[in-house]
Amino acid sequence: MRFDPDKLRSEFPILSTHPGGRPLHYLDNAATAQLPRAVLDAVSRHETESRANVARGVHILAERASMAYEDARGAMARYLNAASPDEIAFTQGTTAAINIAAQGLGAGFKPGDEVVLSELEHHSNIVPWQLLRDRTGIVLRVLPVTDDGRIDLSALDRVLTKRCKLVALAHASNVTGAVTDVARVVEAARAVGARVLLDGAQAVPHGPIDVQALGIDLYALSGHKMFAPNGIGVLWGRQEVLAQMPPVFGGGGMIRHVTFDATTYADPPKRFEPGTPPIAQAVGLGAAARWIEALDRESVVAHELRLTGRMLNGLAGIAGTRIIGPTGLQARRGVVSFALEGVHPHDLCQWVNDRFGVALRGGHHCAEPLMRRFGLDGTSRASLAPYNTDADIDALLEGVADARRHLA
Amino acid sequence: MSEELYEDAIVALARAAHGAGKPAGEGNSATIDNPLCGDRVTVEVTLADGRIKALSHNVKGCLLCKASASMLGLHAPGASRDAIAANAAALDAMLKTGDAPAYGSWPELALFLPVSRHKSRFDCVRLPLQAAAKALGETP
Repeated sequence: MRFDPDKLRSEFPILSTHPGGRPLHYLDNAATAQLPRAVLDAVSRHETESRANVARGVHILAERASMAYEDARGAMARYLNAASPDEIAFTQGTTAAINIAAQGLGAGFKPGDEVVLSELEHHSNIVPWQLLRDRTGIVLRVLPVTDDGRIDLSALDRVLTKRCKLVALAHASNVTGAVTDVARVVEAARAVGARVLLDGAQAVPHGPIDVQALGIDLYALSGHKMFAPNGIGVLWGRQEVLAQMPPVFGGGGMIRHVTFDATTYADPPKRFEPGTPPIAQAVGLGAAARWIEALDRESVVAHELRLTGRMLNGLAGIAGTRIIGPTGLQARRGVVSFALEGVHPHDLCQWVNDRFGVALRGGHHCAEPLMRRFGLDGTSRASLAPYNTDADIDALLEGVADARRHLA
Repeated sequence: MSEELYEDAIVALARAAHGAGKPAGEGNSATIDNPLCGDRVTVEVTLADGRIKALSHNVKGCLLCKASASMLGLHAPGASRDAIAANAAALDAMLKTGDAPAYGSWPELALFLPVSRHKSRFDCVRLPLQAAAKALGETP
């Protein structure tokens, strides 16, 4: 069936609202994507018909809740092509997933061991490793970024040493939209015996991921960027990797036996899910994964690329704009950051929102090292989802040109 | 609406940049960052006879922040510490309540009234006055 963005748009109730009295042109999807009716209904139905705690009660609602929660785990295992649902640990989001990985893997690191990051990482894939460094004495090494906003993989040979235990990189940049050449990273990491973790927050909304084909060890993602509720995410890890990681948080649900002398822990993924988990959010995440899987992938990718090209060309036609990231369509997602000479990103974002109904994101995007790399304090960022249309891009371009006329 | 938030008078105030300039290091200075957006304001003040003799500011921020700093640069010379504090309090109250600024405040304060509907922009306007208060607090 032919992909129809307008029809898809009708599945998102919020997109037909008029915040501020204007039609909504939502281009802040890299921060949070909107919820389709399928996800809203799944969450509502769960809370209405199956709300209870999981893995504890034997009454009917508890059984339903447990089944729904594990069903969501299965849906995410399929979405990521994990070898088993047991490789899916639910977390609060990408940040929590990377922190768990850092503390869990880090338990086996020794002073002087190295973790390799890149200059374009989100703070969520920098700070957890700095906390680990400060506690254990590991060394952080950083891959530079090219002038077109990609991780400079030509530096892999120089930066990766025999002391490297882990390479932790963004699968796709939340600022430049550049997609990382994972095969090249994995090859270099394996050559020195290192593991690979990917921050998948900006990659997962654009279609199912095959973690086995990627050949990586750990993958972190957030639900709210892939059309699911807030407060839910996933840490995927190969079973043998998760099995080697000690728990990071303690509590109910993650144990095997507890005495005052010693406690033994559950196997993964329960080991990493202490306390009552975000059950309805997980149900929503499972529904979102199924919703994305049902889309015509090829058409959606083509649609988003076409809109990305329209955006890049349009911005290039506005005097004073500077694209931060790839200006072509190869190996990039529909995340476009730009600076407009003489206009602060927050003023631009406010202007286009209040006058044109365009929702953008302005600032450093939790990527201060990358901003410094490009000599900027911040950028404006437009990011796409399948429900975006030409009208959204036209409103953006009109708004940017108007802001330049009035504010530059 | 933006037409109000960025009305000509506020754009002109920002562009006038009263008091803008790198601190000369002759007075006491203070720098305040907004970690959420990366904006930074440095204010330097010198006092004479209990009043501000000179004030300069260096703003790395948005138009609203620059306009606020310009307002400060316009009115601070000759003002007392108390006057700076009173106008900072009037600004906070105006942003919080959405009501017109207190009688006797700097006239330009009213230009920022539309900001009261944009909570995420409060700190853009507050930052210069906070930096001034900090610099004054450090001035003997």
